[in-house]
Amino acid sequence: MTPIRRFTPPQRFLHWLMALCILAMLFIGVGMVSTVAPKYLTLVSIHKPLGTLILILALIRLAVRLRYRAPPLPPDLPEPLKLAAHLSHYALYALMIVMPLIGWGMLSAAAYPVELWDGVYLPSILPLSDRLHTVLWNAHYYLAFLFYVVILMHVAAALFHAIIRRDGVFEAMGPALTRDKVGPADRPVVPLQRSG
Amino acid sequence: MPESRRLPTGSVIGRLVLIAAVIACAAAAFVYTGGWFSPERLTPDKLVDALTPPGGAPPLGHRRNHAKGVCFTGVFEANGVGSELSHAQVFARGEYPALGRFNLATTNPNVRDGTVRVRGLGLMISTPDGQEWRMAMIDAPVFPVATPQGFYQLLLAQASKDPNAMPTFAKTHPEIAKFSNWAKSAPWTGSYAEDRFNSLNSFIFVDGSGAEHAVRWSLLPAAQPVVVAPEELAKRRPDFLEQEITERVRGGPARWTMLVTVANPGDTTADPSQPWPQDRRAVEVGTLVVREIEAERNGPCRDINFDPTVLPSGIRTSDDPFPAARSSAYAKSYDRRTAEAEDYPRTAPGGSQ
Repeated sequence: MTPIRRFTPPQRFLHWLMALCILAMLFIGVGMVSTVAPKYLTLVSIHKPLGTLILILALIRLAVRLRYRAPPLPPDLPEPLKLAAHLSHYALYALMIVMPLIGWGMLSAAAYPVELWDGVYLPSILPLSDRLHTVLWNAHYYLAFLFYVVILMHVAAALFHAIIRRDGVFEAMGPALTRDKVGPADRPVVPLQRSG
Repeated sequence: MPESRRLPTGSVIGRLVLIAAVIACAAAAFVYTGGWFSPERLTPDKLVDALTPPGGAPPLGHRRNHAKGVCFTGVFEANGVGSELSHAQVFARGEYPALGRFNLATTNPNVRDGTVRVRGLGLMISTPDGQEWRMAMIDAPVFPVATPQGFYQLLLAQASKDPNAMPTFAKTHPEIAKFSNWAKSAPWTGSYAEDRFNSLNSFIFVDGSGAEHAVRWSLLPAAQPVVVAPEELAKRRPDFLEQEITERVRGGPARWTMLVTVANPGDTTADPSQPWPQDRRAVEVGTLVVREIEAERNGPCRDINFDPTVLPSGIRTSDDPFPAARSSAYAKSYDRRTAEAEDYPRTAPGGSQ
């Protein structure tokens, strides 16, 4: 039996770090646009630097992915599922990179300063334009919901692989603590020594 | 798939249900965060919707409030004294470009100037370090209500057809009495250049040593105010304020002194309906010089949001809940009006509405 091929440790680290960042980002986004309470300013002040961080991590991740590739899907996975897996990953990479850029462009097109933290700003990347602002605002808003839907599909698929197919796909990206099910036999549990 | 990994059918169904439940919970959490299950949450949409005149359509393409105004450019001349309170570059002695807008607190962009009680001034000062200080001030000395929720209730009461709505509101929000007295008794002027504009909200200035100072600020007109009866103003041309300031500035710049008032320990900063005592330390930090009146329609103000939370390093928000609420609602107004660019009368004949 061939051992499961996993993503490289940097790929797994980036995946789980970005999963946290992106989920936080989406919840902050949908929360901040629905309130006028003082936390609005706090959420906005997290949204901008976190989006910038996600953009940087996504570009690093893309480079790492192109360098190390991904382990092959199980040969017995039906073709439509393979296609869905590939397409959803293209979508996730595209959204991770495009969403921060759209947000940055949207603020630029409205001449809002893009403050990352006290006194530190991103430069404006677009001229002031009501039409551009509207296009980008709509894109940012609707793509955020699409992003969350794609993430939910991704989670459903991961769980499907983990607890129904149990084919090693989940373990390929699983946290480092995941035991390698087709690796060497589990170490026997060492009984606790009762100390005198 | 190797036989050993196959699950019995019943087990597969159970696990599919589990996955569906996880996804449903995650979806519900997102929707909850967005406020769909919280009808009592005051959202920027509700606040901006409440500004629309009762039974009327919103002023498409225009700011949802302070819809009528005229743009200006000029400079802020800092005298350097403000640096003791804030390390923002805007207070270092020097001259910094300013963009602003005189406006009327109305949702009607075609209102007769003489009929609007509250006048405002939006301002954006840019400094060479790439930072901006934006603000939106009004001529009233206090804000009508203590909280953003109270402001929403005020809008609903004003829009209500129930004759008891406003009296009831005044009973439950007694702080409005100060504003009402001002609105009834304060003199009117015939020029934006003769009006004083106030930040009302409290902010925190951070000085070079990191010490914090709670402040409010005002722009005091250099021009001597000439009191004009409101009945007289109501008879003037619909755009007389715009025309007056345009003619005045053509003859020479109009000026305001910026006065920063510093709170004493214990002064309330969270409630703009409460003025601070008159004896508080006040520091003149510079002069706003309005040099050119700019076209409103295609002018440089149109696509600027005078969001009072766009602050340079050295100024930050305080526990006053209004700047956050204003920022959220102004952004909503901006998003809506920029999306309605088709409806905005961009190429109006010059000079008149």
